[in-house]
This record gives sequence, C-alpha cells and structure tokens, in this order.
Amino acid sequence: MSTSTLKLQDSQIKIINNICDSFNNNPGELISILHRAQGEFGFLPEEVQRAISDKLNISIAKVYGVVSFYSFFTMTPKGRHAISICMGTACYVRGAEKIVDEFKEQLGIDVGGVTEDGKFSLDCLRCVGACGLAPVVLIGEKVYGRVETHQVKEIIESYKD
Amino acid sequence: MEKIKLTIDNIEVEVDKGTTIYKAAKQIGIDIPVLCYMNLEHLNIENRPGGCRICVVEVEGRRNLAPSCSTECTPGMVVKTHTIRVLNARKTVLELILSDHPSSCLTCSSSGQCDLQDLAQRLGIREIHAVENAMVSTYRKDCSPALNRDMDKCIMCRKCETVCNDVQTVGALSAVNRGFMSVVATAFEQDLVDSTCTFCGQCVAVCPTGALTPFDDTNKIIRALSDPSKTVIVQTAPAVRAALGEEFGLPAGTLVTGKMVAALRTLGFDKVFDTDFAADLTIMEEGTELLSRLSRFLEGDKSVKLPLLTSCCPAWVNFFECFYPDMLDIPSTARSPQQMFGAIAKTYLADQMKVKREDLVVVSVMPCLAKKFECEREEFAVEGNPDVDFSISTRELAGLIKAANINFNNLPEEDYDNPMGESTGASVIFGVTGGVIEAACRTAYELFTGKKLEKIDFEELRGIEGIRSATIDFDGTPINIGIAHTLGNARKLLDGIRAGMYNFHAIEIMACPGGCIGGAGQPLHHGDSNILKARYEAIYREDANKPIRKSHENPYIVKLYEEFLGEPMSEKAHHLLHTCYFCKEKH
Repeated sequence: MSTSTLKLQDSQIKIINNICDSFNNNPGELISILHRAQGEFGFLPEEVQRAISDKLNISIAKVYGVVSFYSFFTMTPKGRHAISICMGTACYVRGAEKIVDEFKEQLGIDVGGVTEDGKFSLDCLRCVGACGLAPVVLIGEKVYGRVETHQVKEIIESYKD
Repeated sequence: MEKIKLTIDNIEVEVDKGTTIYKAAKQIGIDIPVLCYMNLEHLNIENRPGGCRICVVEVEGRRNLAPSCSTECTPGMVVKTHTIRVLNARKTVLELILSDHPSSCLTCSSSGQCDLQDLAQRLGIREIHAVENAMVSTYRKDCSPALNRDMDKCIMCRKCETVCNDVQTVGALSAVNRGFMSVVATAFEQDLVDSTCTFCGQCVAVCPTGALTPFDDTNKIIRALSDPSKTVIVQTAPAVRAALGEEFGLPAGTLVTGKMVAALRTLGFDKVFDTDFAADLTIMEEGTELLSRLSRFLEGDKSVKLPLLTSCCPAWVNFFECFYPDMLDIPSTARSPQQMFGAIAKTYLADQMKVKREDLVVVSVMPCLAKKFECEREEFAVEGNPDVDFSISTRELAGLIKAANINFNNLPEEDYDNPMGESTGASVIFGVTGGVIEAACRTAYELFTGKKLEKIDFEELRGIEGIRSATIDFDGTPINIGIAHTLGNARKLLDGIRAGMYNFHAIEIMACPGGCIGGAGQPLHHGDSNILKARYEAIYREDANKPIRKSHENPYIVKLYEEFLGEPMSEKAHHLLHTCYFCKEKH
C-alpha cells in the first residue's frame, strides 16, 4: 500500500486522542476508532496510525494490519469527488468493467488513484444494493444508474468546481 | 476440575473439561499432525489460530471436519483421526498450501528442519496437482544483518507473530493486507531494520518453513580461513557448548566443550578462545560499576541511578533503546562479553601476537542472532574495522563442521588457547537466566565485604520462572535482585520500575526463554522444554566442575589488568570495554 505522510499538528493529535478517549482507549474498538479518524481526516496516513497506536498502547504493526486488511480504510487521500464503481455480480455482467475503463481513460488515473488536481478519485466497490440500476456508479453520495460508456464524459464534466 | 469422557479412534479417554481434541489424543499416544499449532509449554504460550486445517478429524454427528487443535472435547464425543475422509482432506489442504510454496527444498536453508517438508513426507504427497494459470503469491525479500525474511515461503501459521507480540511484546510483526496478498510484515511494510525488531530471532526459532532464516555468514568465515594474510581467531559463547552436540545426534545437555575446541582447530582457526574469558572481564567491569553505584547510593547520594540493569544481551539492548528511551541511564555501560572480547583481541592480543589490527579476524560463535546485529554496530568499530568481524550461530558452526568432513563425535577433547581461553565457573553460567547476576554477586560480595564467600552457589537466583526476585545478604547489607527472561517479562519489570513499584538494586535481563541456552542460534528445540532444561543443567554442571568459580580469581584477567587495563573502570577500560546507548524510539 502506498503511503502518504502528514505531519500532525497538536490540534490534530488532540482530535485523535479525543476519538480514542470516547472509546475508553479500548484496543478492542480499534476498527471503530479508525473509522472515526478516517471520517475526520479523509484518510489514514502513517502519522494518524502512529498516534492511535501510541494512545491505545498497541503496536503500530497491529494498527497497520487492520488498516491494510479492510478495503474501506485508505492511506491515500481521496479526491473531492470520490467515484466508486460497483463491480458486484449484476453490475459486472452489465458491463461495469467497460465503465471503469472509460473513467480511467477520461481521468487518466488507475483504480485507487487520484487526479493531480485532487478533484476525482476512482475506486471499485462491491454491491451497493441497487442491482436493478446496474451498472451503478456512485460519486460522493449521488447514485448514477444504468450508466453507459458514452455518458461518462458528461458525468465528469458536470462536476464544475 | 470437571472431567469429560470421550472416544478417540475407539480408545476411551478421560480429560479435563476444556481440553482440545488434539491434546486429548496426545494423552493416549495419538499424534495428530499439526502445522500452525504451537505449544510453548515453558512459556505458557499456545498458538492455535486453527487456520491451516491440517489437524482436522471426524467427529460423529458433526457435518464438517473439526480442527482438533482448537475444538474442545465434549462428553461422549466420538472422534476418528484417520478415516479416509480425514486423510483426503489433510492431503488436499497440504497440496493447496504447497501449490503456493516454492519447490526449492534442494537449496532452501531450512531443508531438513522444515515442518512443511516433514509433513509432505508424512502425508505421502508425491505430486501437487497443477492448476492452470494458478496465481503464486510473491513478496519482496528483506535482509537484515541478523535474519532474512522470504515471505514466498510463509504459510501464514503466524507463530512468529505470536512470539513477537505475546512472548516478546516487541510488536514488530503483524499479518497485513488481505486474501491472497496477506503476509506477515512490519508496520507499513518497512524493512526489519527500520521497525521495532530487536533481532532476538525467536521468530526464526519457531518458523516452520524457510520463511524466516538466520543471516548466514559461513561463507565469509571460509574465505577468511583460506586467506593466508589473515590471522583468524574464534571465541565461543557459554551456551554453545551445551547445545552444539544436539546437531550431531548427542542427547540434549551433552557438554561438548573439548570436542568443539578440537573441531574449531581442525577448521583452521589460528587460536581458539573462549567468550567466557570476556564474561569474566564483564563481571569485573559491571560488578565494579554496580559496587560503585551501590556504595554511593547507600551513602545517600540521590543522583545515583538504581537498579543497575545488565547489558550483555544485544536484543535486550535493542529493546530498551527502542521502548524505554527515557531510561537509557540505568543499564550498565559495560559492553557485552562478545564485544569486550573483540576490543581486547584487537588491541592487547594483536600486540602480543604481533598482528596488525586489520589482519586479525575475530569470529564469534554465538547461540544468538542479535549478536550478528551487535557486531555491526558502528560504535564497536575503529575506523571502520569492527572489533568482532563475524558472528555465527551454533547451527552455522555445526554446518561448517559437517562441510569440513569432521567426524565430530570422534574428536578428542582439547583445551582452549591462552590467554583468552581461561575462564571461571562464573562466566559459564552467563548462558542461563540468572547466571550473569549470580556471577556478579560472587565477585561483588567479596569485593564489597572483603570476606570470602562461604557458599559459591546462589541457589536463590536460579530457576526458570519468567520473573524472579531474591534478596542477597552482603554481610548485613540486603541487596535486592530482580531477574527476567523473555522481553515480555523484561517489559513487566521495566514498567514496574518506571512506576516506582520496585526497590531492586540490580536486575538481570535476557531476551530469550531460559537465557542464551534458548537463543535463536541454537539447535531448534521445537518448544520442547526438556531440551532447555537439559542445557540448563549442563551449564551448571560445567560451572561446578571448574577449578576457579569466581571471575576476579581468573589469573589471566588479573594479568590483563596488571599489564594493560590498570583497574576496572579505568580510562582505558572505559574506552575499550564500555559503551553508551542511543534513543531509537520507533513506537
């Protein structure tokens, strides 16, 4: 997993400590703590993991072990608009792979990557429970159903910021 | 304890409630094959992730096969350990493991002592059914001065992780990533040298395959021995003599000191010396340091730091540099015997032998892998020339002896060379937990009280419990001693000291279970505590048989101070025999 480092400010360490405190610094709550921390920072860089390991008094290898195990956790920052393409069975058979390829082509990034301007990131995920709309693309909270390759360019261009 | 009756392979057995099928079977002599299971009884550590499924058995009334290592017995249970269904399942499981394992047994350094290889033979695997386009997991190799990681050979039994985390509390290793990509690695998949690893090597000692192996220095030794411009001398650590024989089929606990010396001479070493000599020297320096701190403390000097911690064990030094950077002023500044030997050999001895420093090669034979790391530390070199050039393990020495066609068991008993081959009983016991501090007490008592010890054996300091304490009467002054072996136990003592819970004056710490006799460079004991016990007894036997048993009475040590060092803690001694510690905090 590629890493992205971030020198933590005192205020950020305080945020991490508060999250850990709210779970009574219980190492058994590591997943929930990482979840909250990712919500706060957008990703889980090495320094955030180290701060959590210090606070919970568990080895950094264990923390990294959990972060690297769950696909939800990420050590690279996401784009302002996180694109997720469903690769569940229904979406897959209805051509999700072609949609992924089109997004890759249009954005010039690989799955797991972020555009240079930080605007978009591209990921795949498993079933979002909207199989009737397959293939499905999520951008942020917005769901696009029955997406076809020729629509991809248009969808991307609709994000103006 | 509530009892349970069950039947295994038509034999009725009664066991305590909570006993696993695997253990119940063992009780009646049925040896179910295991791979990821590990029971280190002497440490009270059991690894049973139930992951490999080699140990599956059929349980009547149960739909699927049960992993016997992690399934508890229930009353009336009927277990079959070798039905055709079980045998087929075991074979399939092993074939699947082997399908993602390199077939490099011919050249693998673990060949012949590999659990996976043994199991393939035992289960009669003759071919691995190839699956077309099957993926093989590969991972980058990681070489450190002490050990190598080749994760392509890892079977994810996670024994290393258990030892690193639960026994040693070092926390360098964890399973990372998922599925096919999962691997045991360090945080952020750094190299071991950048992690919290102390190089104790206990992970290597439990690895069932060739995934974790010692860094091998044997070829460098062979090259040095064949170089006519070099004078090559060797030192052997106390614990080696009590275990080397096992590599040649001798029972555990056979002392092979004399044969080992003969073998080293046959190999071509110009001089064969004993690390024990340097252990006596360590006692002179460390004992004097203890007495100096103690006297000042007893006089009420508040600036004195106590307890004094022993500093012979390089994995322990790595441990406190990494985890207790706030306490670097407590350990003794005395170098380890290996390094004291090197420093004296490349000055005093080189002069005596009329050999230039750069032409003298110092080799050490150690029960330890961390010693390989230690001799590469920058502070133990003069202008890039290390005090100790190469450190090889007991197992590596056995390999050298075999490669040189030496019939070890038929060798005569020979004596070490002088001056650095003379040693006392005190130095021999450096190889077991409690030994260093007992050796220190033998000398410190006599120097402190000015009286002769009536009883040389400090039985109260001996034993194999993980943490021990005793109070020694220094003629009216009670001296509180703490002892810990394994780094997990060391951590407990250190945390207690940090919290001000103890009033110890001196503490001995060794990183490996049982002390150096259980070092990672020793013949593998596969968790058999009887082997450790036999080595332990052998060391004390060697001590009892020595004519001189107190370090300060070693005539060559006395001579070394007269001719060269002056007195313990002199400026020269400080320069050559002491060191300082560095903060290596890595979380």
